[in-house]
Amino acid sequence: MVKASGKRKQRIKWSKLYTFSCLNPRTTDNDAPNQQLLGQPGFSRVVFCNQPELHKIKPQKYPSNYVSTTKYNFMTFLPRALFEQFRRVANLYFLLGAALSIPKLAPFSPASMITPLVFVVGISMLKEAIEDWSRFLQDMDVNSRKVKVHSRNGSFVEKTWKELSVGDVVKVNKNENFPSDLLLLSSSYEDGVCYVETMNLDGETNLKLKRSLEATLSLDDDVEYTKFQATIHCEDPNPNLYSFVGNLEFNNGTYPLSPTQILLRDSKLRNTEYVYGVVIFSGPDAKAVRNSTRSPSKRSRVERRLDYLIYVLFLLLVMISVVNSIGSALVLKSEAAMWWYLRLQENADSPLNPSKPVTSFFLQFVRSLILYGYLIPISLYVSIEVVKVLQAMLINKDMRMYDELSGKAVEARTSNINEELGQVEMILSDKTGTLTCNQMEFRKCSIEGISYGGEINEVDLAASRRMNVDVERYRISIDGSDSTGESIEMFEYSVAEADAKQAVLGCDHAIENSDIEHRRIPASGKEPNIKGFNFRDDRLMDKMWIHGSNVHDMIMFFRVMALCHTGIPVEDGNSKRLKYEAESPEEVTFLIAAQEFGFKFCQRTQSVMFLQELEPSSGIEVKREYKLLNLLEFNSARKRMSVIVSNEAGEIFLFCKGADNIIFDRLADNGRIYQQATTAHLSNYAEDGLRTMLFAYKKIEVVEYESWNTLFTKAKATVGTEREELLEHASEMIEKYLFLLGAVAVEDKLQKGVPECIDKLAQAGLKIWLLTGDKRETAMNIGFACSLLRHDMKQFHLVLSKEAESIVCLCLAFQAVEEDILSQIRNSYQEIVKGNKKDVPSALIVDGKAMEVALRSEISNQFLQLAVMCDSVICCRVSPKQKALIARLVKEYTGKTTLAIGDGANDVGMIQEADIGVGISGMEGMQAVMASDFSLPQFYFLERLLIVHGHWCYKRISKMILYFMYKNVAFGLTLFYNEIYSNFSGDDLYDDWYMVLFNVLLTSLPVIALGVLEQDVSADVCLQFPALYQQGQRNICFSWKRIFGWILNATLSSVAIFTVTIYIFSPAALRQDGKVADLAHIGTIMYTCVIWTVNCQIALIVTHFTWITHVLIWGSILCWYIFLVLYGMLPPEHSQGGFHILIEAIGTAPMYWIVTFLVVVVTLLPYFIFSIIQRSFYPMDDQVIQEIKYGRTDVSNKPMWLREQQNSRKRTQIGFSARVDAKIRHLKERLRRTKK
Amino acid sequence: MEGDGESVSSSASTALVAADVDARSILVLRGGRSKAMYQFTQQSLPACKPVLTPTSVISTLFLMGIFCIPIGLLSLHASLSVVEIVERYDSECVPHQFRLNKVAYIKDSLIPKNCSRYLKVPKYMKAPIYIYYQLDNYYQNHRRYVKSRSDKQLRYGLQYNDTSSCIPEESNDGLPIVPCGLISWSLFNDTYSFFRGTDELRINRKNIAWKSDRDHKFGKHVFPFNFQNGTLIGGAMLDPNVPLSDQEDLIVWMRTAALPSFRKLYGKIEEDLEANDVISIYFLNNYNTYSFGGRKKLVLSTASWLGGRNNFLGMAYIAIGSCLIVLALVFILLHVKNPRPYGDAMYVSWNWKGIPN
Repeated sequence: MVKASGKRKQRIKWSKLYTFSCLNPRTTDNDAPNQQLLGQPGFSRVVFCNQPELHKIKPQKYPSNYVSTTKYNFMTFLPRALFEQFRRVANLYFLLGAALSIPKLAPFSPASMITPLVFVVGISMLKEAIEDWSRFLQDMDVNSRKVKVHSRNGSFVEKTWKELSVGDVVKVNKNENFPSDLLLLSSSYEDGVCYVETMNLDGETNLKLKRSLEATLSLDDDVEYTKFQATIHCEDPNPNLYSFVGNLEFNNGTYPLSPTQILLRDSKLRNTEYVYGVVIFSGPDAKAVRNSTRSPSKRSRVERRLDYLIYVLFLLLVMISVVNSIGSALVLKSEAAMWWYLRLQENADSPLNPSKPVTSFFLQFVRSLILYGYLIPISLYVSIEVVKVLQAMLINKDMRMYDELSGKAVEARTSNINEELGQVEMILSDKTGTLTCNQMEFRKCSIEGISYGGEINEVDLAASRRMNVDVERYRISIDGSDSTGESIEMFEYSVAEADAKQAVLGCDHAIENSDIEHRRIPASGKEPNIKGFNFRDDRLMDKMWIHGSNVHDMIMFFRVMALCHTGIPVEDGNSKRLKYEAESPEEVTFLIAAQEFGFKFCQRTQSVMFLQELEPSSGIEVKREYKLLNLLEFNSARKRMSVIVSNEAGEIFLFCKGADNIIFDRLADNGRIYQQATTAHLSNYAEDGLRTMLFAYKKIEVVEYESWNTLFTKAKATVGTEREELLEHASEMIEKYLFLLGAVAVEDKLQKGVPECIDKLAQAGLKIWLLTGDKRETAMNIGFACSLLRHDMKQFHLVLSKEAESIVCLCLAFQAVEEDILSQIRNSYQEIVKGNKKDVPSALIVDGKAMEVALRSEISNQFLQLAVMCDSVICCRVSPKQKALIARLVKEYTGKTTLAIGDGANDVGMIQEADIGVGISGMEGMQAVMASDFSLPQFYFLERLLIVHGHWCYKRISKMILYFMYKNVAFGLTLFYNEIYSNFSGDDLYDDWYMVLFNVLLTSLPVIALGVLEQDVSADVCLQFPALYQQGQRNICFSWKRIFGWILNATLSSVAIFTVTIYIFSPAALRQDGKVADLAHIGTIMYTCVIWTVNCQIALIVTHFTWITHVLIWGSILCWYIFLVLYGMLPPEHSQGGFHILIEAIGTAPMYWIVTFLVVVVTLLPYFIFSIIQRSFYPMDDQVIQEIKYGRTDVSNKPMWLREQQNSRKRTQIGFSARVDAKIRHLKERLRRTKK
Repeated sequence: MEGDGESVSSSASTALVAADVDARSILVLRGGRSKAMYQFTQQSLPACKPVLTPTSVISTLFLMGIFCIPIGLLSLHASLSVVEIVERYDSECVPHQFRLNKVAYIKDSLIPKNCSRYLKVPKYMKAPIYIYYQLDNYYQNHRRYVKSRSDKQLRYGLQYNDTSSCIPEESNDGLPIVPCGLISWSLFNDTYSFFRGTDELRINRKNIAWKSDRDHKFGKHVFPFNFQNGTLIGGAMLDPNVPLSDQEDLIVWMRTAALPSFRKLYGKIEEDLEANDVISIYFLNNYNTYSFGGRKKLVLSTASWLGGRNNFLGMAYIAIGSCLIVLALVFILLHVKNPRPYGDAMYVSWNWKGIPN
């Protein structure tokens, strides 16, 4: 019984609050054209409510509610995964090679060709399978969630989500997700409203109101569904989240449906006990599912260039193969008959048939392709794969990216694109949950023109500290000048502050960032933190405000705070403080703050609000009752909200809160006492990124109220289009001649370390775009908070006019709208071009609707051109699809590497579309993480992930690929030279085993060490010198110049190896006993030279020798000798030419060792000279830093070291430091002016 | 790079110390977990980070140069101490009337192939003097030729009857050939005998093949079978009563050469030859190199510790060594004239691009 009464109480409260909406009549005019569409193609869906059995058979058979995000199933895995694998050109080439090796054409055995291919493809497929399996598990998890479904006779049973079918009636309880797209029938509230959280769809945090049809209001109990039957005609499944066309036939009536009645999958029921709904779109038909895009497989920039490199090598391969086969054919044709000892005429094997030179040409060609296949080694792919997995493991294990709070670490979910992290130029970031923690805090307020809650912000502090040197210089000039009193005060403060710091720590630069962290003005920690309230000011706290001078206005201020809202208190069991629930989180913070100041809002009934007020004269708390007369609700057009209440004495007050310009326009002449001071405070707050709101009130005479109320009631009762207008007009009448009380500032709390991280990233040359589903004001607030926006920036707003917006909605003529947007773009562009000359920073703020037009192909180029010019870009009210579209267009237009970071399901599209998708883990909802390539528990780990790991991975992979190519070209070409000397017959100089081992054992491990352990500079240096990151952005380590340089180097090395060995070992005797070297000896000697050369070459490349590197490099060389000894010990039929070769033949010849040394010196000399010249005369940044570190100049000349850190920061307009710089400029300017 | 060990170690040791402190504090934090593993996963393994400083570069180049030149001189000296006599005889040994059709001459088994030449020993030659035959433009490294053998048959003889690898010389009259394959079939069959004055110089034709070949690769109980019975035009015949392991000519021949121009050991003269000795050589010029324009040479050579006469190695060493020293000097000059202060921050990109502070 108690429960039931509680339920009724709530119903009353909530349903009455929305004075505008609950009487909202259906606007039939607008729906009319839509209704005609029904039954047409695209609008043919029929749903029989409560009769799911009718949907088991055709034609109304719809898919079940099972949602699958997997790529494969058991049947399709093998063919599809294989298809995916062989779409890679390289794999196809290797497959071809393997196929050709089966007939005896190939110079090698088939096994040596097929095994590595199977290995590579197998590993990749296994990876695919594991990834898909985890997706499947995730699906299973979602699909087996439980929901209550009507079975029969009014009884509801639990079923899993996947068992749902269209037509089912379901009952969803508070805080549950909707299992599919539902039509809302009724809710626990009498008027059939319910609140829905759509964060996963659009990232917006405020709750959305959904309302059932009046016709179905009566269906608010389980038993009502015994006989319930209705039919829905509606549109076919589509991905459009914000539209729905359909009607409901129920009880012989036809009622049009609108998106207001539709509850979408992936959203959540909030603040409502339960709702009843009927399934309209199930499983894959659901709008949210339709909105999701399949994750594309991503490849990094380096890997894509690697493809071209492979083409180049393939060209080289084809070229030498052609030379080889032409040579072979010519030789066969002209001379072969004379070589009696070859007996080519007799049962000749077909590739060497002198009578058929053309056939022989082709067959020799194929054979050479395989023989020189070492130029395009399959092992390159294996090595890259192994290295990337190891790199990913190191990323995962980094303790500095481990979040102790959530116990989660960074996870590289795909290891394909590690190196891409080092080349990022654009970051597209979500707001809620990514930059902010979706938590509001009451930070500051300005009452009666006095600001409370801290005066100096971090920027001022940092600016003054950095200006420390300048202060002394300017102090004299500004002494005695009143107008700059504020800055003098600040400077003195800063000097004292800096002095103290310097005394303690000796140096203030290095600790700058951490320092800021500690200096957050409203010091927290003294008292147990109250969630949503981060405010300290002794003038207000602990009832101190009662000693103020003008207590009356103060009280009124707190009353606005406590009364002007739609919230309800929630009992919190163990605390004497109340908790609140409200439509927006800001209201909650106001209520909490009011409670702290002694105005506890403690109860709400249908028309009365109860306040526990602090009586300033006595200092005791009194419970007061306020009758709620009217509530003029908040909406985005009005940007204000008012309540009209009467107190116990019968006095009528209007309390109003709203955006600054709106309130300022409606002030009475005598209500502007504090306007000037408040305006100043407001701009300060806004600069700090706080969300501000003005509070005002007025007292209404009873007579005035009565007359207005009749008007208002009439307006409310009006049915038809003019209703809105009337209401608007009525509220305009009463919301004027207000008295300004003050302002409040609420902080949308940023995640830990976000400003610092953005600062670093900006300095490293990354651009950050903010894409959010939130409204413009919120987005801009965060822009300010993250230092993406500054007040001295030129802001360009791209918005649609109201009329244009409606045109877009109705899908009518776009021409005019487009023109409008285009002209906006052009104007802004011209201004920026002008501004750039004067160095004016610029910001672009785009609204979602405008974005929709701007992204149309015809004008998207102009739009992007503009956007790229701007220092920062903020897109608000964008849908998930648009986010993805922006990601794609930016990627395509700029050709730069983009990284998208987000936490919610609404970011999935963007995450998948961008070159790198990063998901924030640790929040609820794993969709973003599942779709991402990397998941971070905290946004600020991005800094380390990109600047340290990205930089390393990029350099490692580039170096590794170049070196790999070098070693294989150098090796492969020696085979080719041998052909020239052996009449192009296609014989291989080396033993088969040597060939196999080359990439498997003897040269592979140092490469892996290079790819995993190499560090050009240490992690600290990476972070200290953000400019180093630009090496990746400019892709200097994998440029074509370098690639061809290395190919040249490889060619030189191979020539040196071949000629030196050949000329020295032939034809004279090898040893003192007069024996000469044969094919096997020369092959082995040459091979030794190759092994030494390539392994020493890597030692020249590596700049960071750990013991592992040493072991692997020198171990590989040692390995070769060990192998040679062991191989020589095998019985001769297995070891063939290698039998006893080292022990008996070459090892005992001093010439062998001397030649090895000579060859190594000769082959390494070109690279050595090149690198000396390069380093001496054109050093790269990392090399200079290496030298500084090596010479320990960083310790001996600390100022230089710090100065260079400063200089290496890219000049940027965004980020905290840029703001500080701007502030300093501003202050200097001011001081200069004062001086004059 | 390998040369700058001194500076490397100093930086390495400091890195070690730093890493050590770091690791120790971590160890305290993380209990008994392996330090090395931790350093590996945190990518903070102690490392030496050698840098090519001007000093290290110049000294490396210089030292290498200093190191190479003596090796070169030694090698050159060794090579020059070798006395080598090369006598081309392929065309000279064809009688004048056959000079226009040498192939017909060599193929005509009725014409005696005797031939004699005189050599003057230019310098004192110390025993052993190695006798080589050298063939030019002979492609022993041709794929078809190289593959046409059966190592198993050479070792096990008729017990091993898969001779498919020996195509086209695998069988005759349905019977397998031992040793099969083109290589053995085309065995070189010129013979030489040497006289100083009237004394025949004894030629030791034992131990001219690798020991491992004789002991392990060519069977002691494998005898030539069905080999070169005269119907085919080929090389030498083999004595069917001598086991393969003793047929050293064959063993040497079966070691296929890597280049179209090669020498193979024929035998050793174990007497010293004085300068100006005149040696007369009697050839049996059987081997057909005329079909393909191959040249035949007889080589008499002594050997040094480094092997035969080969100036290339010594020259190469000397060249490289002087090259390195010249480079070192050039770099010294460059650094004197146009020094880049080592580790100077003016050279980083953000400074030379003129990005303002």
